[in-house]
Amino acid sequence: MKAASLSVQRSLDARLLHVDAAGRIVHRPRSRLPDLLARGDLVVANDAATLPASLGGHHVGSGAAIEARLAGRRSLAVDDVHVFSAVVFGSGDFHTRTEDRPLPPPLLPGDRLALGPLNATVVRVLGHPRLVEIRFSGSADRVWAGIARHGRPVQYAHIAAPLALWDVWTRVAALPVAFEPPSAGFVLDWHLLDAWRARGIGFATLTHAAGLSSTGDPALDARLPFDEPYHLPASTVAGILATQRRGGRVVALGTTVARALEHAATRPGGLRSGNGVATNRLGPATRLGVVDALISGTHEPGSSHHELLRAFVADETLARLDADLESGGYRSHEFGDSVLVEAALVRALPQCLA
Amino acid sequence: MNTFLMNTTQHVRAPLRIAITGGTSGLGLALVEAFAARGDRVAFVARHGDDVARVALANAGSHGIAGDVAIKADTHVIALQIGAALGGLDVLIHNASSLGPVPLALLADTECEDFERALATNLLGPFRLTKALLGSLAAAARGGRAEGTRSLVVNVTSDAAVTAYAGWGAYGASKAALAHMSRIWHEELQPHGVAVVAVDPGDMDTPMHAAALPDADRATLKRPGDAAREIVALIDRERHTAMDPGTSTSAT
Repeated sequence: MKAASLSVQRSLDARLLHVDAAGRIVHRPRSRLPDLLARGDLVVANDAATLPASLGGHHVGSGAAIEARLAGRRSLAVDDVHVFSAVVFGSGDFHTRTEDRPLPPPLLPGDRLALGPLNATVVRVLGHPRLVEIRFSGSADRVWAGIARHGRPVQYAHIAAPLALWDVWTRVAALPVAFEPPSAGFVLDWHLLDAWRARGIGFATLTHAAGLSSTGDPALDARLPFDEPYHLPASTVAGILATQRRGGRVVALGTTVARALEHAATRPGGLRSGNGVATNRLGPATRLGVVDALISGTHEPGSSHHELLRAFVADETLARLDADLESGGYRSHEFGDSVLVEAALVRALPQCLA
Repeated sequence: MNTFLMNTTQHVRAPLRIAITGGTSGLGLALVEAFAARGDRVAFVARHGDDVARVALANAGSHGIAGDVAIKADTHVIALQIGAALGGLDVLIHNASSLGPVPLALLADTECEDFERALATNLLGPFRLTKALLGSLAAAARGGRAEGTRSLVVNVTSDAAVTAYAGWGAYGASKAALAHMSRIWHEELQPHGVAVVAVDPGDMDTPMHAAALPDADRATLKRPGDAAREIVALIDRERHTAMDPGTSTSAT
């Protein structure tokens, strides 16, 4: 694969690799997406808007330049905006590959960080010199204004031009809680939503605080994804139950949607609306309870997103998928091409028949 | 005010989440006060930080956002803070307005920059902010479908959008465009549970009216608080109206 290096959400020549429930692979233009879903299916998207979570500034004690990337929050509550986990880099910016970024100065509890108009204090170090819990001072409105005015979207070196917020908000972006864009949702526009509606394909959303996809540090990357709070609306749960009753498929638009729905499904009492914190990892041992198919970006082997695909397809199928993405020259990363992966039939069957 | 509360609060209802642009003077301020007084969750936008802080302080529970809807780069900065402050959005009121040239000028005497400012504030600003907040409005509509409520965008227009008054070229043309854009938005967004209405509040005793017509007899002008009450009632009505064509509504 090659990195998609332009911030175009709906590239007209975008491609889609489709793996059906029997493991057959078909290559299509992504514009054919509406044809691949059936009347009665329900697409569930993550409507989180993306925060400008990269905050430049300095470590007050040493004067050293830093970049703090907000990485996690305990809840989605609007006034719970003081305490974040953050990945901190030394000097430099997104033009340098994260793998090559220097460490920040040693961070200790009580250290002050000046991040533009925002002032933060290190609460504790979270088991790694780059990962800390920080607390912002000031009212909730002031913290939000400071993040909105001063922050930049988290960005990686494969895109040279600085990203603006409108580059990373999907067409359905609502509550600003994601630290990186729920980029599978870049395929959405209102024309597509109208097309699905006309074909009897349902659309619903949940809000999931998508976290950082990479830190450049192997020890930290092994801990991804961090815990991610989500909100599952009652209307979405009702839509999923109705879809299941009529034999339609629940299609997760993005790995964050799959993670949130499968987390919610394993809670006592089954799928219920409300708030949760996704602590689960989807992988080969996962028995999918809700999601029948996944639309996602293309993911490199070894990433947590790639591992998640093993919940949907056998390793042999995944190996063919990887080889086809590679030989087909598919574009990777958040503005790249897409895959539609239907859960393998053997997994979809009730256990007594499998 | 007590009478007003008794008349309109007929049943227990969830607080609305409402964003209002131009919220520190005239009709916008009256709307902030009216919604805050009945316990709705209000975020308002205005250009001057000092005014924003003063109005936020005076209206408990409201959230003030300093920003300029006429500036493209402010769009998502404002939208982010609205979403963050309210946790969602049921009603978006585009009230911030620019007269264009002050004092008013004949079109032939209107500087291009003044015309552009009227368009930026009265037309492009509402377009951009609606687009940036459409995800929130549509999410609220999906959530409200079971209760029969829809989300609402309210565009404040003027009779100058309909009648050709000499001297009101930049303002009138921009408001006419806003009114027509409202009708098209409405057609396109109805299926998603979002209604878009244009409202003409009538001639009010506001700083903007004084800037336009300094010699007007203020006693003949409507009080902004009265216009705000009518718009509050209109919003409550429209929120519960089944999706249908009614697109343009006069509050007068």
